[in-house]
Amino acid sequence: MAQPATVTELEHCLDGLDGRGALARGLGRSYGDAAQNAGGRVIDTTGLASLELDAETGTVTASAGMDLDRLLRVLVPRGFFVPVTPGTRQVTVGGAIAADIHGKNHHRAGSWTDHVVSFRLLTPDGVVQQVSRDTDGELFRATAGGMGLTGVVLDATFRCPRIETSRLVVDTDRAADLDTVMALMEEGDRHYPYSVAWIDLVATGRHLGRSVLTSGRFARLDELPASSGDEALVFEPLELVGAPPGIPSGLLNPLTIRAFNELWYRKAPTRRRDELQTIAQFFHPLDGVRNWNRLYGPQGFLQWQCVVPFGAEATLRSMVERLARSGCPSFLAVLKRFGPGNDGYLSFPAPGWTLALDIPTGSTDLPRLLDELDTSVAEAGGRIYLAKDARLRPELLDAMYPQLPDWRRVRARVDPDGRLRSDLGRRLGLC
Amino acid sequence: MRDALGAVQSVLVLGGSSEIGLAITRRLVQDRCRTVVLGVREPDAGATRAAVDDLRRAGATSVEAVRFDACDTATHQAVLDDVFERFGDIDLVVVAFGVLGEQTDFDTHPAHAVEAVQANYVGAVSAGLVTADRFRQQGHGTLLVLSSVAAERPRRSNYVYGSSKAGLDAFAQGLGDALVGTGGRVVVVRPGFVHSRMTEGMAAQPFATTPDAVAEAVVAGLQKGREIIWAPGILRWVFAVMRHLPRPLWRIVSAR
Repeated sequence: MAQPATVTELEHCLDGLDGRGALARGLGRSYGDAAQNAGGRVIDTTGLASLELDAETGTVTASAGMDLDRLLRVLVPRGFFVPVTPGTRQVTVGGAIAADIHGKNHHRAGSWTDHVVSFRLLTPDGVVQQVSRDTDGELFRATAGGMGLTGVVLDATFRCPRIETSRLVVDTDRAADLDTVMALMEEGDRHYPYSVAWIDLVATGRHLGRSVLTSGRFARLDELPASSGDEALVFEPLELVGAPPGIPSGLLNPLTIRAFNELWYRKAPTRRRDELQTIAQFFHPLDGVRNWNRLYGPQGFLQWQCVVPFGAEATLRSMVERLARSGCPSFLAVLKRFGPGNDGYLSFPAPGWTLALDIPTGSTDLPRLLDELDTSVAEAGGRIYLAKDARLRPELLDAMYPQLPDWRRVRARVDPDGRLRSDLGRRLGLC
Repeated sequence: MRDALGAVQSVLVLGGSSEIGLAITRRLVQDRCRTVVLGVREPDAGATRAAVDDLRRAGATSVEAVRFDACDTATHQAVLDDVFERFGDIDLVVVAFGVLGEQTDFDTHPAHAVEAVQANYVGAVSAGLVTADRFRQQGHGTLLVLSSVAAERPRRSNYVYGSSKAGLDAFAQGLGDALVGTGGRVVVVRPGFVHSRMTEGMAAQPFATTPDAVAEAVVAGLQKGREIIWAPGILRWVFAVMRHLPRPLWRIVSAR
């Protein structure tokens, strides 16, 4: 593990590599092996976290190791928000480019690299170049979602939207089944910049796919209670509780997960309008519980996220059915409608429905179930999110990412000796 | 690269003609293992060729048999280096070789007993240590060591075999501890009586199993990240009791 503390050190982090290569790492929140490099060098970029904000245009230049939490603490009080945020703030600017992350506003705003103007990239030849769509469009497209295998991002310049307040106006709808929630989302996404549905993947029969849909937009100043005028742009996220170590595997089992999902669904209001929520409440539920992953015990859990194109709703439905019938219970899955994808060769989002789930890894049926789901996704013309993957069959990658040959061509150009390597890359045959 | 559910993409089987070793390999290939190297004494033997063809048909894309003799420890470094150089990362190395032998034969021909111990223990120590070094370099890898329930407590009827497996078992556990933090791991498999060529003609013991069932238990154990895999699983509890039986009683029970 290399931990560069200065820009100069970072610029030389690829010197003198052996065959096991090197990989830049942010906060390591990828669920799979994307930020691991067995036997090789891993470059921890989080030691460098500088930030420049042009308050006229909302343009930010931040080092790769800058994370969304620190970024928001600077931006929000000044009336700006990040262009895209996932369900956690524990994500760095470099990681956001490598995974081309998305959030609740994908249907409106696209993914992270849609807002990136340019970035400085260190390639294995030791050269640092400023990459934009104009200077080297191919390299930009290969790096956007390229899982860190085209170079080390040193810093990036991106555009941030303005906000009047740090509160969101949130509408909640409980949907009794899958068709209802999909219809609500299709209709609602025209009106809301942010939306996501929590879907119960344990319920079967007429409750199949029942969901709680939350949609929102940033509140205008005049929508806040008069008393909070001075605090319109306050951003002080709280960490509520921490999961203690030593929780055994099996706490989250079919029984408790079923009970939790039931409770979650029941406690949601059938229909609520114009509720004011904070940024942390609305966007970052996972950050409320420190070390929440410990709840799964030492055996751990898997994340699995796919997107299937519009028109393949039948595939989505049959996947939800299969998951609900399987003995592998999923804890609070997420359903969302994606808007158009971008031109990143390995960028994940594509127009369609995305389904993300957490599953405890204990069940021996799980490998086959997920393999079957992968096959369905590939046949429907969809794909699996590499930033979350930990077990995809490499044979399916070409079908899921048709622009893989272009990506390989650019990688061969900038890293002919294959010095940028990751366990994910080895496993999927990317490097 | 081994995935999050324990599935591997490349395997080297030392003792590649072992029925249990091949059953495990077939099961891994069904899953997603695509590179298989069989370390055998006679790479050109008909049975080896048949095993190679069989694994290709099952979906492995790169299958090769290389010369490996467990007793010829002087060659282990070169053989293993060659495999790791040519095939790239090896996710799983199975130590499947072993000699059961006949205790009555060992009693009258100590030299035969020495040969068996050479293979079962000395050969495994040599190959295990060479493999561990390669795992340290590549930063990952699992060494799957086929021990036996016989390692748990010596029996009058096969104590030379049992003692060699006991040594192997202890070695494997220690090596596993030594590899903590390097990315390398050691998994010990303790099958009970397995119906195979090795045990042909012998009276089956209670909880007898088959190579395919052992393979199934191994795959499940790898998924769960187990360090010790019993096959069948109930033997763990059976031997938890057997281990503590008074010797006179154990002599009677184990002579059955």
